[in-house]
Amino acid sequence: MRSVTWRKMILHVGLVSGALITLMPLAWMIAASFMHPGEANRMPPPLLPSQPTLENYRQLFTRLDLLRNFINSAVITMLATVLSVVVTSLAGYAFAKLPFPGRERMFKSLASALVVPAQVGMLPLFLILRELGLVNTYAGVIIPYLASIFGIFLIRQYTLGVSDELLDAARIEGAGEFTIFRLVAVPIIKPILVTLAAFTFLSAWNDFMWPLIVLSDSGMYTLPVALANLVGEHVQDTELMMAGSVLTTLPALIVFLIFQRTYVEGIMAGGVKG
Amino acid sequence: MRLLRPGLLLAASILALAVSGCRDSRNGTTVLRFWAMGREGEVVRELLPRFEANNPDVRVDVQQIPWSAAHEKLLTAFVGGSVPDVAQLGNTWVAEFAALKALAPLDGRVAESAAVHASDHFAGIWQTNVITGTLYGIPWYVDTRVMFYRRDLLAEAGFPTPPQTWSQWRTALEAVTTRGGEGHYGVLLPLNEWTQPVILGLQRGATLLRDDDTRGDFSSDAFACAFTFYLDLFRDGLAPPVANNEVANLYQEFARGVFAMYVSGPWNLGEFRRRLPADLQDVWATAPLPVPDDQADSGLPGVSLAGGSSLVVFRRSSHQDASWRLIEFLSQPEQQAEFSRLTGDLPAHRAAWEDSTLADDPRARAFRIQLENVTATPKIPEWEQIANRVWVAVEQAVRGAATEKQALADLDTDVDRMLAKRRWLRDHAGPPKVDKTGEDGP
Amino acid sequence: MSSALERRKARAAWVFLAPALLLLTVFFVLPVGAGLLLSLTDFDVYAIASPGAMRFVGLANYAHLLRDATFWHAVGNTLQFVLIGGPLSLAVSLGAAMLVNAKLVRMRGIFRTIYFAPVVTTLVSVAIVWKYLYHPRYGLINWLLHLVGVGPVDWLGDPHWAMPAIILLAVWKNFGYNMLIFVAGLQMIPRELYEAAAIDGAGSGRRFRHITMPGLAPTFLFVSVTTMIGYFQIFAEPYVMTQGGPLGATRSVVLLMYEEGFRWWRMGMASAVAVLLLLITLAGTLVQLRWARRDP
Repeated sequence: MRSVTWRKMILHVGLVSGALITLMPLAWMIAASFMHPGEANRMPPPLLPSQPTLENYRQLFTRLDLLRNFINSAVITMLATVLSVVVTSLAGYAFAKLPFPGRERMFKSLASALVVPAQVGMLPLFLILRELGLVNTYAGVIIPYLASIFGIFLIRQYTLGVSDELLDAARIEGAGEFTIFRLVAVPIIKPILVTLAAFTFLSAWNDFMWPLIVLSDSGMYTLPVALANLVGEHVQDTELMMAGSVLTTLPALIVFLIFQRTYVEGIMAGGVKG
Repeated sequence: MRLLRPGLLLAASILALAVSGCRDSRNGTTVLRFWAMGREGEVVRELLPRFEANNPDVRVDVQQIPWSAAHEKLLTAFVGGSVPDVAQLGNTWVAEFAALKALAPLDGRVAESAAVHASDHFAGIWQTNVITGTLYGIPWYVDTRVMFYRRDLLAEAGFPTPPQTWSQWRTALEAVTTRGGEGHYGVLLPLNEWTQPVILGLQRGATLLRDDDTRGDFSSDAFACAFTFYLDLFRDGLAPPVANNEVANLYQEFARGVFAMYVSGPWNLGEFRRRLPADLQDVWATAPLPVPDDQADSGLPGVSLAGGSSLVVFRRSSHQDASWRLIEFLSQPEQQAEFSRLTGDLPAHRAAWEDSTLADDPRARAFRIQLENVTATPKIPEWEQIANRVWVAVEQAVRGAATEKQALADLDTDVDRMLAKRRWLRDHAGPPKVDKTGEDGP
Repeated sequence: MSSALERRKARAAWVFLAPALLLLTVFFVLPVGAGLLLSLTDFDVYAIASPGAMRFVGLANYAHLLRDATFWHAVGNTLQFVLIGGPLSLAVSLGAAMLVNAKLVRMRGIFRTIYFAPVVTTLVSVAIVWKYLYHPRYGLINWLLHLVGVGPVDWLGDPHWAMPAIILLAVWKNFGYNMLIFVAGLQMIPRELYEAAAIDGAGSGRRFRHITMPGLAPTFLFVSVTTMIGYFQIFAEPYVMTQGGPLGATRSVVLLMYEEGFRWWRMGMASAVAVLLLLITLAGTLVQLRWARRDP
């Protein structure tokens, strides 16, 4: 019994110190964002603001006009999430439940395309969007997220578990295929749709390289791009940059905390089955 | 029918998005997209209400781009077809955008203009905007590099006046460094700035490129000699081997005396005034650059860069007239003086120098003297890329990853490669053709 | 099943697939194909200004890259990131998964959430945060090292330390994701196996080797392949923290591609870089799959 107590202690010490290390950068980010200019660059580094101030946040919203970027990020992320869940779930469902000649081969070639780094097509994609007049538009940013192979994969795996009898029963009652999808399949696969939505939300919100390339007006930038630009200009202003980092990362954290359970389970399910 | 719905929804939303991306004139008001960099982008907004009051049909939408990303953003916008109407362009970039046929020629505009005349400007600076005989930009503010220094630290080390020759400079740096002790340096020369070694090279008479600007010439004696002088400052501990982004807070460190001198440009007149503590405001000063000892009797300071920013109109802009009106407005002596007051930038227009605050400012005087002796870097599209490659060579040599000779030889090899297309174009198609046939005006 | 029903399903399948396939074709397959073609040209800014200035150069871009020290340096940096950062982050993930999954632990959910939090943070903002943490003079990390008597490390300024610094950030940022997948894998291993082993007197080390590791093998393969593919594409960390410096020590292959393509607009060369990245990624994946097959 003693050894169990000891093991328990060691485990918890390990867990707690791991948690402290994990949280330290985030905690410092938040603390420094409330410090006065210049306060963070001292020895020893202060861990808490001596007199907390909201000045940095005020600067972000007034002088630096980050609200605009916040709105850009929000709009782009929402649209990408909604549209991609629609497109991807239809395709994933078809791959799982609607057989057609050549389906397996097509699915395999899609899956193997996961190895292809998006960067290979990035330059021509930019030129294509240029021809379509979509450079420096929301649509130009959103398009690459819409049909995610990974998402199709995720939905298909999950949908395979939906019983065929149920779908066939609906067919016998005379329901159209889209009605069956919407009214029979979607309620069953809802958890994976939530996972996919959270997943798309987070990757669209956090993405950097593509918006950096496609958006040229600073008024169109998403938050991460605006932030990376700010650090070029305001590298001296540690506290201000921390406030910007909090503003950028907080919405992602909040969305995660809200959808935590389904999201985490979705990742676990997708990972093991895939 | 139902099956079509998601597809329609998708198509409709993409269409809506595409449309929302275009922002153009509405109800008769012309919206001018104006890109400006860094602090200038922030400050110019304050001048614009007056312009908009005089031009009620025009609204100016200013976009602020950080200097660090400006060049790639401008190129991306050009390739993506989303260039603004008017932009501030570092004058070393004018050649590049002119070669791309991205800019509207301005000779005709200037000939008819009542507000903009070449004779109002510093000749050396104006010339940076003239590419193969055609004018593509109007100088907005001028920029050259001078020495910023702490008068108190230099005086304590026995130098009541700033050094005027390379050897005096060296001695002063040694004295200041010794006096400062551990963790203190004579001068900050950030490793990620190509300007310092290039200026020293130009002072020694290096041409940087050869064969009609189609090959690198950094291994020349002139450049190599300057490079040695520059590297010795690091090797002997007179300058810290750091890049700009490793200095946590330049102004704090200058205030703490971590370094006593800093080679920099006019934007820092404003920044130093704004960011240095009040008790230091009396002890920082500026001086023209030291000159190599063998040119000491020329009476001029060591040569510096003909820098600055120009205002350009993009060829694709459908608001050529309004764009030009904005440039004319920003070129007026009053606006130039006001802009200079707000930023600390030096006005391009000579008349604005008569403005009392500038005329009485001893720190601006160093720039005025320096502007008598400025030189442009090679006016070719590849220059920005070459300049970036220069600091790689600097970093390699300073951090000891390559010998001086090797670093310069590698630099020449790479520069030759960057200019390969230029050689091919010269041999096959002549130099990149510049279309002089008028403007695509409205 | 009637063939009419089959036809109806097939028809519906194509309609359901149409938007995804259309998007993938136009915005993925087509660009990737065009990328291959582009890599055989010297398409650059001059060519954008006047198409006549573009030349078909065959494999010259590849020949150049394969002889170019900058390219190999970038490959070396990327491999360093993949080969050190990858296993390190798997090890941390596995360790965290075993801690979080331990029977004796209370409030597992909370720890799981905490460990996962860095995954959902925005890479750009945490890269900025870590940039300050790494500051040689005022950074928290050097201060902590100073407390235990280790001299200041110029994390991002010293070519030897810059990549390790970025690896640490990446491990911190990513380990939570694989941890979850490992937890799922661990939960699939039947409890009885452990109980039987305990009765046989097997110590925890042996149980780990003989039950946990084989039980996790499929998960391990999945996780290491996906992690590797992701790590080969490292970009934002060096872009934000070091711009590829010092001395190119953190210039990854994707950063090199970005610079060539979107900074200098040598799009032919940049495409060749991207294609070579694809080949390297493919080779890495094949090696892992073969390795996993040989050693069951």
